[in-house]
Amino acid sequence: MEPRPRSFYILSAFFALFLLFLYGPTITIAILSFQGPGGGLTFPMQGTSLHWFRDLFEQQAVGDIWGSFRRSFVLGLMVMVTTVVLSVMGGLAFRKKFRGSSILFYLIITSLVIPSILISLGVGLIFSQSGLNVHWSTSGFGSQLTWTLPFGLLIMFAVFNRFDKSYEEAARDLGATSWQTLRHVVLPIIGPSLIGVALFGFTLSYDEFARTLLTAGSYNTLPLEIFGMTTNVTTPVLYALGTLTTVFSLLMIGLFLSLALWSTRRKARVGSDAGKGML
Amino acid sequence: MALPIMAVLVFFLVLPILMIVTVSFWQATEFSIIPAFDLENYEFLFGSNVTYRVFFNTFKYAFITWVFTLSIGFTVAYFLAFHVRSLTWQIVLFLLCTIPFWTSNIIRMISWIPFLGRNGIANSTLISWGVIDEPLDWLLFSDFAVILAFVHLYTLFMVVPIFNTMMRIDKSLIEAARDAGASGTQILWNVIIPLTKPGIMIGTIFVVTLVMGDFITVRFMSGSQSANVGRLISNDIALLAYPSASATAVVLLLTVLIVIGILLRFVDIRKEL
Repeated sequence: MEPRPRSFYILSAFFALFLLFLYGPTITIAILSFQGPGGGLTFPMQGTSLHWFRDLFEQQAVGDIWGSFRRSFVLGLMVMVTTVVLSVMGGLAFRKKFRGSSILFYLIITSLVIPSILISLGVGLIFSQSGLNVHWSTSGFGSQLTWTLPFGLLIMFAVFNRFDKSYEEAARDLGATSWQTLRHVVLPIIGPSLIGVALFGFTLSYDEFARTLLTAGSYNTLPLEIFGMTTNVTTPVLYALGTLTTVFSLLMIGLFLSLALWSTRRKARVGSDAGKGML
Repeated sequence: MALPIMAVLVFFLVLPILMIVTVSFWQATEFSIIPAFDLENYEFLFGSNVTYRVFFNTFKYAFITWVFTLSIGFTVAYFLAFHVRSLTWQIVLFLLCTIPFWTSNIIRMISWIPFLGRNGIANSTLISWGVIDEPLDWLLFSDFAVILAFVHLYTLFMVVPIFNTMMRIDKSLIEAARDAGASGTQILWNVIIPLTKPGIMIGTIFVVTLVMGDFITVRFMSGSQSANVGRLISNDIALLAYPSASATAVVLLLTVLIVIGILLRFVDIRKEL
């Protein structure tokens, strides 16, 4: 191997700084959330304690953190399942041209680039003008789909662009029905990518703020609750909550990533050639 | 197969937009909104100096954020694609760059408080180094903080598409350039950058639209001292002035779509997936 050029070391240092910039602040509030009972929102640490975490588990003066966490979690799962199913269906549909396919494609792009507050405002207006109540599981759910579906679909487009159709043809030649082909050939090949779609579906929903702002109704999701806290909570309890939900997010990300890794490895081990259907 | 997606997008994207367009012509009293066909909301919007200032501010944020996210994002992607040699390391480092995208933006904003506050880490470090005598006031709750948060939140939207296109550059093109006697800078300027343009464009679309449509970062990081169009809309919403919020939203949407339309002339998204 040729020796590393000098630029390699400069760029490595730049990259390290970038990672520090990305993660530094989050790590800082993680440290500060162990602030002693008398400590404030910044350094120095007044001792270390679990005081602020304990605070979270006690009766809340404002809001309902655990209720909102439960709602966010359920909503995240709902959005995740819907995103995966609809993205696969959409991805399959887009392999052929169909009536309205280019309109749908532009709708998907619009959905991705439209300012979130417009979805919030528009959906909120539709519900209020037609006398329906906004609720996180109806209007909130639909609004979040406008953010997760484009990502799911774009991933599916990328997957099917690299998909080797001869595997399907082989299955059909062997007499498989279209459902059998889908179930035993297509889905196993695209399986690991679906875990990626699920990851996007869950985490983007779990953290979504702007699109749920006017569409969640009287029961807040966790990001709305946290934002509410920023205006009236001035103790490290805010950091403790931030740390906990970030840890939860990281656990979920780790879970999805290990699932993806596991399913890829399993394929290699079991000796199926399913994963090779990608060009 | 595409029907369910179509249904979701019609109900939660197309109808809301139509609703906003409709309501932008309505009238408002203090307690309710009344169907009408009235251009008053637009007249007020275009007649007010505030509007132009706020739109200018929005473009300013978008432009400055774009410059920073592009230069940082390009450098990071370039390092990952051309200087990291093993695929495993490329994937690991790339994931490290993308993980924050899957965590909460609000918490990532909150986490700047201990850094930028009056008694924060930045100020105390600068004082202890003797660079400044008194804490700087403009670190938190200022345009500086807004841009910093934007760059912090959105640089990965540049890294991902640029890295993606860079990984698809045929390495033999670079070898050919080197064999033909090109220097490192020449290769970067004449080979890599032109081939990376689609990724740059996609990243630009993401960053520009996210910044232009934002209202929460500006509100939180400026301590409500600066405004962009998103905040104008959210303030109207808070006052229940839905018709005027809708009119502003329509203008914002058109502005964003025009910007995207211009950017899309440089790239065919479907080809790049």
